[in-house]
Amino acid sequence: MEKMRMNVLVCGGTGCIASDSEKVAKNLEVIIKARGYDKEVSVVKTGCFGFCEQGPIVKIEPDNIFYVRVGAKDAKEIVDEHIIKGRKVERLLYKDPEDNKPISRQEDIQFYKKQLRVALRNCGFINPEDIYEYIAAGGYEALGKALTQMTRDEVVEEIKASGLRGRGGGGFPTGVKWEITKKQESDVKFIICNADEGDPGAFMDRSILEGDPHSVLEAMAIGGYAIGADKGIIYIRAEYPLAISRLNTAITQAREAGLLGKNLFGTDFSFDITIKYGAGAFVCGEETALINSCEGKRGEPNYKPPYPAQEGYWGHPTCVNNVETFANIPVIITKGSEWFSSIGTENSKGTKVFALAGKINNVGLVEVPMGVTLREIIYNIGGGIQGGRKFKAIQTGGPSGGVLTEKDLDTQIDYNSLLEVGSMMGSGGMIVMDETDNMVNIAKFYLEFTMDESCGRCTPCRIGTKRMYELLNKITSRKGTMADLDALKQLAYMVKDGSLCGLGQTAPNPVISTMKNFWNEYLNLIKDEDHPRGEGKYVPKNKIGMKS
Amino acid sequence: MQIKSLEELKKIKEEYKDRVRLRSQVEGTGDQTEILVGMATCGISSGARETFNAFIEELAEEKLDDVKVITVGCVGYCHSEPTVQVNIKGQKPVLYGNIKKENVHELIEKHIKGGEPVKRFILSTDFEIV
Repeated sequence: MEKMRMNVLVCGGTGCIASDSEKVAKNLEVIIKARGYDKEVSVVKTGCFGFCEQGPIVKIEPDNIFYVRVGAKDAKEIVDEHIIKGRKVERLLYKDPEDNKPISRQEDIQFYKKQLRVALRNCGFINPEDIYEYIAAGGYEALGKALTQMTRDEVVEEIKASGLRGRGGGGFPTGVKWEITKKQESDVKFIICNADEGDPGAFMDRSILEGDPHSVLEAMAIGGYAIGADKGIIYIRAEYPLAISRLNTAITQAREAGLLGKNLFGTDFSFDITIKYGAGAFVCGEETALINSCEGKRGEPNYKPPYPAQEGYWGHPTCVNNVETFANIPVIITKGSEWFSSIGTENSKGTKVFALAGKINNVGLVEVPMGVTLREIIYNIGGGIQGGRKFKAIQTGGPSGGVLTEKDLDTQIDYNSLLEVGSMMGSGGMIVMDETDNMVNIAKFYLEFTMDESCGRCTPCRIGTKRMYELLNKITSRKGTMADLDALKQLAYMVKDGSLCGLGQTAPNPVISTMKNFWNEYLNLIKDEDHPRGEGKYVPKNKIGMKS
Repeated sequence: MQIKSLEELKKIKEEYKDRVRLRSQVEGTGDQTEILVGMATCGISSGARETFNAFIEELAEEKLDDVKVITVGCVGYCHSEPTVQVNIKGQKPVLYGNIKKENVHELIEKHIKGGEPVKRFILSTDFEIV
């Protein structure tokens, strides 16, 4: 193959072909040949740029100029102006929809800026079982910087200023948590990593631990230094064998390299990490239950206060942070809080990883800056709904969250706005439902989950979720009455108000939000009307009007 | 070896930097051709281990000793697992999806040996990394 000076990439995706990109490519080739440049400029047909709305797309490399809506007639101008004279063809550049200024670089177009990887920065690019690859990617520099160039207060201040909030779902400011733990007077303190990821359909933490375990270890050491702890514990569910084995490898390698253990970076700070396996109880994601489980007790939550920051593991001040929260810390230390807080919205900074699941085309992990809309996640990044069906609802926040419908799709994602529309950020699971899903069944599914996972400590949650599930079962089997609906609603609020910990307080959310948004589907089941796409086979009443 | 100062860490970073070319958007500068196989739970359950082994076996058979096969984590494209990224010196990395063990031969023949990416497997990467 001869060395080409310039490549002209023409989109050959279905969308662009439909808008005649093949003709554009052909014209470009013919004109380039006619001008005698075919030895140094090649025309390449590429796969879809993912920007079909603006097709046909032509990109010139290495200049990295991006033309949109290129017609067959524009080929001559591109060749004469750009390829031969090296001048951009302004008229064909993409114009920013907001300020109407032309944009020439692909990276600057909003659509491509949707995904930004901070927590997932190394996932898929380094070998997680080789510490040197992590170091080569800039790993452990943040720890070195914190230990040798920053005081403990400076580290806490940096995290506080970054605006980082807990990624496990609660959204409590991480810097404040560290500060409170730091202020406690105690010789022994602990820092715990919460890797008890239990939401159905969520796997962000697992991916981070499997793809980049060292980032969590490094961040825990930084946190330990900041709050004055010399021991870290990773509480991880035993259902994550691969994550556990990679963590163990990582810990061993870090000890060998002197990045865990005594006198890190030649300072007098020592830090080591142990792993504690959880049996996979959902409630152990709640920090007091997690600490109980670490101590070998039953995984049941305690009343707060005292908070773990005051009295945690074996009564010592303990700071519990989530995996994804930790994965953000090294970047904040190396790049600075100012950089981090420039991303996101006013009260939610940085990025968030979401696990897309359900009836969506691109099932997988995405990491987006706070403030993008659900619509962008579903339709741009997620590739839309499977089979071209109609979107019905999206469940965010797992079993603790609520469903959001079409009208909420333009909500900007951050901790506060999601609460306002009746759901929550949660740990980041997003389950997409289409028109064929029956929402009462969805609510029942989540209720079954929380019923199973209720630890049984407090009555409203233990018995309330069970009774709610029974009512839902009755309704979905078309034997319910209006009185059952009332009872279900009343019970939902009772469980919400009366439970001890977050599990019970949020367990009724799927019922409450589906009742609010899809009341008709409940009514259809009560009235025993055939829902066109309801679940199960419709069985009409028998002759004497009784259900079989 | 124990790392005892920031300078030592940075020295190691320089030493190993060529091994990790921040494999996302940048053109590779390393001498070796690399094949990254996504081996998180999602990848393994869709057959990444078989793909991985197929690469190792075929590369050994073909005596392509300068090609390195590396396990990495999940890139987030779980809908198209197993994912495989091919980094060749001086070229932009190419990310492939749905590479079952049957497709390994084609990939080695066309891309690794022939230098032509196999277009039908290419995934478009639409994210930036800090």
